[in-house]
Amino acid sequence: MANEVVDHGRRRFLTATTAVVGGVGVVAAAVPFIKSWEPSARAKAAGAPVTADISKIELGQKVDYAWRGLPVFVVRRTKDQLALLPTLAPRLVDPDSEIEQQPDYIKGPARAIKPEWLVVIGICTHLGCVPEFFPQIKPEPFDPNWKGGFFCPCHKSRYDLSGRVFQGVPAPKNLQVPAYHFVDDTHIQIGVDPKEAG
Amino acid sequence: MANVFTRMGDWVNERAPNMMPAYRKHMTEYYAPKNFNLWYYFGSLALLVLVNQIVTGIFLTMNYNPSAAGAFASVEYIMRDVEWGWLIRYMHSTGASLFFVVVFLHMFRGLMYGSYKKPRELVWLLGMLIFLVLMAEAFMGYVLPWGNMSFWGAKVIISLFGTIPVIGGTLVEWIMGDYLPADATLNRFFALHVIALPLVLLLLVVLHIAALHEVGSNNPDGVEIKKGPKGNRWDALKPADGIPFHPYYTVKDLVGVGFFLMIAAFIIFFAPTFGGWFLEHDNFIPANNLATPAHIKPVWYFTPFYAILRMIPSFLGQAFWGVLAMFGAIALLFALPWIDVGKVKSIRYRGTGYKVALGLFVLSFIMLGAVGAGVTAEVIPEWFGDVDVTFWENLFGRLMTLVYFGYFVFLWLYTRFGWETTKPVPERVTTHD
Repeated sequence: MANEVVDHGRRRFLTATTAVVGGVGVVAAAVPFIKSWEPSARAKAAGAPVTADISKIELGQKVDYAWRGLPVFVVRRTKDQLALLPTLAPRLVDPDSEIEQQPDYIKGPARAIKPEWLVVIGICTHLGCVPEFFPQIKPEPFDPNWKGGFFCPCHKSRYDLSGRVFQGVPAPKNLQVPAYHFVDDTHIQIGVDPKEAG
Repeated sequence: MANVFTRMGDWVNERAPNMMPAYRKHMTEYYAPKNFNLWYYFGSLALLVLVNQIVTGIFLTMNYNPSAAGAFASVEYIMRDVEWGWLIRYMHSTGASLFFVVVFLHMFRGLMYGSYKKPRELVWLLGMLIFLVLMAEAFMGYVLPWGNMSFWGAKVIISLFGTIPVIGGTLVEWIMGDYLPADATLNRFFALHVIALPLVLLLLVVLHIAALHEVGSNNPDGVEIKKGPKGNRWDALKPADGIPFHPYYTVKDLVGVGFFLMIAAFIIFFAPTFGGWFLEHDNFIPANNLATPAHIKPVWYFTPFYAILRMIPSFLGQAFWGVLAMFGAIALLFALPWIDVGKVKSIRYRGTGYKVALGLFVLSFIMLGAVGAGVTAEVIPEWFGDVDVTFWENLFGRLMTLVYFGYFVFLWLYTRFGWETTKPVPERVTTHD
């Protein structure tokens, strides 16, 4: 037995197949561990849709609602503010909302179902800070030509009152518009499309 | 008595015959160059701080509660109600900052004396891996108190992965285990901070030292003592310019330890927050996912890299260029042994261009730190009055980013095309009689 000639090809084949099968086993065993890091059933359940009563929001006011732990800004815009929106186009990255940051029923400079009501997720598209609301049309330290909008304190990204991002700031995209629909004139439901709601 | 100890020693040696040789190899018969200077304290000091972090960390876990609901209160409990808890926590938090002080100086020593060059590339690579793991360890540790800066720091850093095209969003949810940093995030960071990363860190430290002892230490002259004449007082075959690590450098390092502990004690007892640099003011407020602190900034040791991230604008609808640049700034350090192909190691014998470049590199690193920490945003209006702060800050920060990356480009050109005029390197180490 000990004197038999070693078959190197056979030995290489056995080593390689053993290694491959063993490797597949290691990968398979890693799956549960990797999957265990995904949002748990409890975290997913906590992300259910939220209904907001918007009847008490004044003109020019912003109210924050929490949905999936994210701040959702609801702003009731004035006629003056809405009139200014189309004029800002040359200074914006994506004035016509072409980059996918909103459901397909959100269009135009107002980026809303009803122009008066802006609904956006208040998370800067740069690195996830909460932008601050600067509604007044007046020179601000960060922009002498300010027409009202959102300013992110973290890295100085600026958005207009439709959550559209200005050029030359770190944020690459407009603020995200969540799926939402009007339940009636004074209530919106965040997290559900008008179509789904029927 | 002595007899009992001798017999116990013999008993162990018979059963573990490799222990004494290993001790000799790494301590009493490890011949280190005899011309080490002040810059050579920081390796052993880093080891000291590592031990401090592990010991104080173990005691902190005994009272810390890793849950979003209880973390902040449990840290306050440690600070106020646990006997000596304040000291243990301040030793840990001050230790974290001093770890980076010591490691930055240790790395600068490596740059200055060319310790990353052949044959010590592996020592350098392992050291850079330690640096990387240390940054992850420090970041996760900073999240644990669950203050508002912990929360928002975590959110910003995790969002870095969200800028990766296509998979970004899913990756972020996977890292957090939720749609925002939450209980799940805090728990997994706690597990990584106290178990997984310390184990990796310890293993890397052992490998770093093992790799060093294989090739031998560099020195301020950048002379290879192993290639020099043989024969010293202890061994006829060992380098003439070497002295045993123990007792010579253990005793030297003890002096450094004494001095270092004086500074550390001063900070721990009199200035544990270090004016908001070691522990940020916003972190004394509990985490609030609906209120961002006015200025989100990482702890000081991340600010240079953070500034690079901030200075790169988005391009083609993607924000990940900044992230690429930030990680690139670290990746280039990994590649340094192959970027700097100059034969002369020590700054003492290198060309003027090298000295200027290294000086500018250090300057850019410090200035980027100032930009990242928001210092420039404060001083620009103070010094220059009513100017466009964002514009000038970006201009300055981008210039410093260019200088940082320029160091590597310059160094490659300078050494690759033989533009460097070096001085003759001595045969043996100098400055020691």
